This record gives sequence, structure tokens and C-alpha cells, in this order.
Amino acid sequence: MIFGNLMAMNPSNSLEWMIFFIQKYSNMFIQGTWITLYVAVIGTVAGFLLGYIVGIIQDIEIVKEDSGIKKLAVRIVKGISFVYVEIFRGTPMIVQGMIIYYGLLQADIKITSIMAGILVTLLNTGAYMSETVRGGIKSIDTGQREGALAMGMSPLSAMCFIILPQAFRNIIPEMANTFLTNLKMTSVLNVIGVSELFMMAKTAGGTYYKYFEAYLVIALIYFVLCFIFNRVFLLLERKMAGRKDYVLAVEYMEDR
Amino acid sequence: MGEKVINVEALSKSFGDHEVLKKIDFSVSRGEVICIVGSSGSGKSTLLRCINKLEHQTAGKILFNGKEVKDIQKEVNNYRSKVGMVFQSFNLFSNMTVLKNCMAGTRKVLKLSEKEAYAKAITQLKKVGMAPYINALPAQLSGGQKQRVAIARALCMEPEVLLFDEPTSALDPEMVGDVLNVMKELARTGLTMIIVTHEMAFAKDVSTRTIFMDQGYIVEDDVPDRLFSNPKNQRTREFLTRYIAECAG
Repeated sequence: MIFGNLMAMNPSNSLEWMIFFIQKYSNMFIQGTWITLYVAVIGTVAGFLLGYIVGIIQDIEIVKEDSGIKKLAVRIVKGISFVYVEIFRGTPMIVQGMIIYYGLLQADIKITSIMAGILVTLLNTGAYMSETVRGGIKSIDTGQREGALAMGMSPLSAMCFIILPQAFRNIIPEMANTFLTNLKMTSVLNVIGVSELFMMAKTAGGTYYKYFEAYLVIALIYFVLCFIFNRVFLLLERKMAGRKDYVLAVEYMEDR
Repeated sequence: MGEKVINVEALSKSFGDHEVLKKIDFSVSRGEVICIVGSSGSGKSTLLRCINKLEHQTAGKILFNGKEVKDIQKEVNNYRSKVGMVFQSFNLFSNMTVLKNCMAGTRKVLKLSEKEAYAKAITQLKKVGMAPYINALPAQLSGGQKQRVAIARALCMEPEVLLFDEPTSALDPEMVGDVLNVMKELARTGLTMIIVTHEMAFAKDVSTRTIFMDQGYIVEDDVPDRLFSNPKNQRTREFLTRYIAECAG
């Protein structure tokens, strides 16, 4: 009822303006939230994958016994991943967005702004994530690796089945951090025309010259999103920690 | 004694300028239980790690059943699946339960079916008295229990040789006995074992051959009766005297 009245009358204070925006632009804000999530989730998940690959590459050690070809190949791949990480950690995401989007357009490669946004997010995430993964791998006791190798596992199997699952558990908090950062950093992608939340607030606020209220609305949306995802990650972390107790297999107890 | 399982030929290992192993020669026949003793830093653990290829030798070679183990990853993996290793710090996979630990090698390396791997794990865990703990994580076990699980895990691979790197050094005194008993039992079954240890009484009791190492050399290699009661070498004598004095004191 109140909402109905507000539509008819002119909003007179900030709260009323916010309600007005939410009502009038609900579709826009929902669409903006959707695009924000879309870019952030796909960009982050793909970025995590890239981060794991680059992190594992960075962890490869060259030993004296390796063949010349293997040594050279490892050096080249390591060199490329090093340069990639340095470049993406050393430049602002907003600048990367501009360069990639306009660069690709200039090279006649047709790309939507959303695709460019996802690309920037994933490349950025991959760069940071690779260092997190590397740290996570380093944090696992070398005995775990040796235990796996000593039973005949290949170095790759040892990495995939023994080391990475443990490293993964250790870096969940950092992965949550990265995801939340990405969720918020998508706001800079409005510069290349991604119609995410920030762009929506700019449009809505611009129509009425009421920027403060429009941005307050999306601040609220960002906050709620982050809050929800934070709980999800905490839950995941708790689930990965496993049970504190265990059940004795009584069927294998020996009679004494 | 049976045929030679492992031959170590002129094996040297240096860490930088420091030469830890100096042209080691020795061989292990099937069914032998060899204890390697010596003071810390004598190179005995490094020798064991070289035998398992966890350290690359600087020179020399290792022969398994008469064939050289080359530094090709596939060959090394295959060799390691037949030569098990038990570590001082257990090295159980901390993200897996006792059962999963014992099934990791049989599933991922030997590619056995879930059912076969499970049966093997239970058989070996029963042997070391740890079958009731299949659902526990390593962190929930005591040191002695962890080491028994580690031995069971190694046995699941049905190794031809089992290497022990100071298996009781990280344990509380009252747990040492449990682990040593399991090892004694294994020795009785005829499993070929190479054991680096500080447990002199155990070495004297269980080994068919005892090796004394000092400063990267094998100083003496003899049956335990002679090595412990009538050592030929001056260094062996000094080591044993000091050791007995420490134990008595």
C-alpha cells in the first residue's frame, strides 16, 4: 500500500528515493545482479582452474637427471607463466579491461563486453590464484609427497590425489576472499559497457540526479550477495574439515 | 640365501660439497633382514632414500633383481611399487582415513578393483592390529598406531623388499614395542627388509645381517652375533661401547 502511494507521489527523502528506485528499476537491478553474478562466478571458477594449472607449473622443479628437452620445455612454460602472473598482478583490472576489450575490437575480433569482462576477471583471478595455489602446495609437508612417490605413484598422481586435495582445503579462505573481491571488482567493468550493477545504478541515478540513493541500493545488493557467499564458503570449509570423531569398526575388533 | 634382490654398486651421494655416501657397495638377498646402524649423520638414512630413489645418487647404480633401475620416471615408479618404504614421520596421507590410506597404492598404482583393494587393506590392517580403526583419520591416532598403519599400507603393495627409515625414532618409548613386534613378525614371514634403526637390541635379535656405517662408509657388515659381541673394527667397537654406556646410564 505504501509502495503504491509512493509511485504516485514524489519521493521526499533518501529512504523513499531508495524504495522508489527499487520499485521503478527492479528489473534493471535484477538484471544487473544477474550479470554481476554471471561474470563473477564464471570468471572466478575459470580463473581458479587457470590458477591451479599455473600454480602447479610454478611448482615443477627441474632436476639434474631430466632430459634436455624436458628441461627446456619446463623452462619455457615456467617463463611464460611467470610473465603472465607479473603482468596481471602489476596492472589495474580496469586498465586490463580497456586494453583487452578495445585491443580485441581493434584487431577485428568480435567480442561482447560481457565476454571481455569474463576474460579480464578470469585472467586476473588466475594470476592471483596461482600464487595462492603455490603457497598452498608449499604448505603441505614434503612427507606427503614422499609417501606417495615411495609407493610408486607418479609425481602427477601424487599432486592430484594427495597434495592438491590438502592444499585445496588450506586455501578455501583465500579462495573465498578472491571470489568476494571479484564480485565487487566486476563494478569496474562498466567502463567497457558490461551492464552489471554499477552501470545500472549509474543509469538509474543519472535519470533523476539522485546518485547517493541509487548507489546505496546497489551497495545493499553487493553486501547481501557477499554475506550469502561468505556463509556458503564457511559451510564448505566446515564440510571439508571432516568429522572430529570416528566410528570404530567393531566387526574387526579381536576377541581378547 | 636366495638370489640377490638389490645390488648397490659404487653408490655415491653428495649434497653440494658434502659427500654423504662414499662409493657404497652392498647387496641384499631375498629373505634377508638387514639392520643398518651407526651414529647420526653417518649416511644410513641417505643410503635408504637412495635405494628408494627419493634421492638421486651422484654416482654409482642400483640393481633390482639384476637389472639396473634407470632414472626414467616410469621405471622408477614401477620399481618403487615393488620396494616399499616406511618413514620415521609415518607420512600417512592426512586427508584420507586409515582405510583410504591403505587403498591408495593398490587403487592408483596397481589399479586393483575397489573390492580387491578393500580386502587387501583389511588383511594387512588385521596383521598390525589396526583393522578396527579403518574410519579414523591419521591425526586421530597415536604415533605407534600411525606407524602400524604405515606398515600395513606398505604391505598392501605386496613389496619384494620393505625399507624402514628409523621407524621407531619418532615414537614414545612405550609404543616402540608395538611397532617392533609387528616388524619381528614380518621378519619371521621371510619378507626381505632393510631397516635403519637405533634399536640395537632389536637389530641384534632380528637381523640376519647388521651393517655399521660411519662417515659415509660401510665400516662393518656381518652377522649380528659377531658384529655386536666381537666387532672387528675400532670404530664399530667405539660406537657400540658408547651406545651401551648411554643405555646403561
